[in-house]
Amino acid sequence: MTLLREVHAWNAESHLSQTVRDLPPSGIRRFFDLVNEMDEAISLGVGEPDFVTPWHVREACIYSLESGYTSYTSNKGMPELREAIADFTKEQLGLDYDPTDQILVTTGVSEAVDLAFRATLNPGDEVIVPEPCYVAYVPDIILAGGVPRQIPTRIDDEFRVTPESIVPAITEKTKALVLSYPNNPTGAIMTRSDLESIADLVVEHDLLVISDEVYGMLTYSGTHASFAQLDGMYERTIILNGLSKSHAMTGWRIGYALGDPMLIGAMTKIHQYTMLCAPIMSQMAAIEALLHGEEEMLKMKHEYNLRRRLFVAGLNRIGLRCIEPQGAFYAFPSIAETGLSSEAFAERLLREQRVAVVPGNVFGQSGEGFLRCSYATSREELIEALDRIETFLDGL
Amino acid sequence: MNEILQILSENARATPAEIAALLGRTEEEVAREIKELEDSGVIRKYITIIDWEKASESYVYAVIELKVALQRSTGYDSVAERIARFSEVQSVRLISGDHDLSVTVRGRSMKDVAFFVAEKIAPLEGVQSTCTHFILKSYKEHGVILTDRPKPKRLVITA
Repeated sequence: MTLLREVHAWNAESHLSQTVRDLPPSGIRRFFDLVNEMDEAISLGVGEPDFVTPWHVREACIYSLESGYTSYTSNKGMPELREAIADFTKEQLGLDYDPTDQILVTTGVSEAVDLAFRATLNPGDEVIVPEPCYVAYVPDIILAGGVPRQIPTRIDDEFRVTPESIVPAITEKTKALVLSYPNNPTGAIMTRSDLESIADLVVEHDLLVISDEVYGMLTYSGTHASFAQLDGMYERTIILNGLSKSHAMTGWRIGYALGDPMLIGAMTKIHQYTMLCAPIMSQMAAIEALLHGEEEMLKMKHEYNLRRRLFVAGLNRIGLRCIEPQGAFYAFPSIAETGLSSEAFAERLLREQRVAVVPGNVFGQSGEGFLRCSYATSREELIEALDRIETFLDGL
Repeated sequence: MNEILQILSENARATPAEIAALLGRTEEEVAREIKELEDSGVIRKYITIIDWEKASESYVYAVIELKVALQRSTGYDSVAERIARFSEVQSVRLISGDHDLSVTVRGRSMKDVAFFVAEKIAPLEGVQSTCTHFILKSYKEHGVILTDRPKPKRLVITA
């Protein structure tokens, strides 16, 4: 007798959600596997500081563990941390957020991005996403049931968002606009007047602005401008920020969202049914970083700035056109003149010269023809990498 | 802070060309400014921090705390400057607290250092007492940590 369970073999794929099945795999994954095959490549591919979290922050975490801080915290995050975030934001942006209902501590900014979309989108709602951009926005919008509308930014505009590029993407269903400046991968920033130029459009179409400002502290010319600082834009902006980049705390997973109490409340609701709270030891470290971390933060920023000048001048010298990135720690040179695709260039550069960079198309279609090179690596490695890229170009 | 000084304080071997690349200036400008800093005595010397223990060179270091009688018109300066001239002496500092001067001495052996203190420093006019602390191990020198630990590896490529 044949058992029913022998006939019906288990098929995992048929149990997958259609949304997840249709989700394109991360472009970075394929490249990651390739890089893993290579020994001792110089890596300009990493989107994180090469500094270890400053010692005083690590020490504060160790001390808190010794003292027995190992429990859950409030869903919204420890009150002391929310206070520290409020003070830090007031100092940096001049904006007031009430720690009781306008601040949510998340498990990294990536969770905050996901929550912002899930808390605000109904099925079919459209979100405008300027590209090239961080790889998670589009999948997170899709996972939240929304529809991403990618718009290109161009090297000739220094990768800034312009009203002209937004208008064609607006429909009846448009609900939100993502701003991510300073930008990963281009290093572009938006000045206050750049932001002003799109504010009327945002009001006219009643859009919510989701502003990812995780690289805000790493702005090299002038000070970082937030969309929420503009007249009348505070209420319709959710600021997403975190300590990963500014305080070299990527592994700690501490992010936060700032905004209207109702929106933050909705995000908190999802957060409490999923993450519950960010880890207490990371929160303790984050308090120390926000209260006493400015000096170390500025030291790291200073070093990035030196490397930025060194590396970008080097790229232009060897013939790769690169706008001067004004924020974050990425250079985004054009390789259009070589005639190679981003992926082909990156793959050959890795195989022939052992330099790992990320192909620009990973960050969206308009990133094709570019490479993302992180200068969050030592000066010696940057100089060596430039030499190798030059040798590679000479051999084309 | 002067950016050139900052770079040189981290790496005395940085060339004017390298510094110029980091600061977005010309090599000539940087070379000229370094020359001026040297001539005016802002830059005193370029030195190397060496972990002598690792190099299997055995030096013995000691910190000597001295009580010194205050001299009319010269204060502590004349005694301090006399002590500073000995080649065994690595540093001389005026300090607050129970003692007046803190002197770091380097010798080939503990005996060397002890004799030096007893024969050269203690008998100096104005030196009232000495207290010698031998240095057993250095963990950090001139802002550089001397203990080696493997660096944690990070991923080669991420978003």
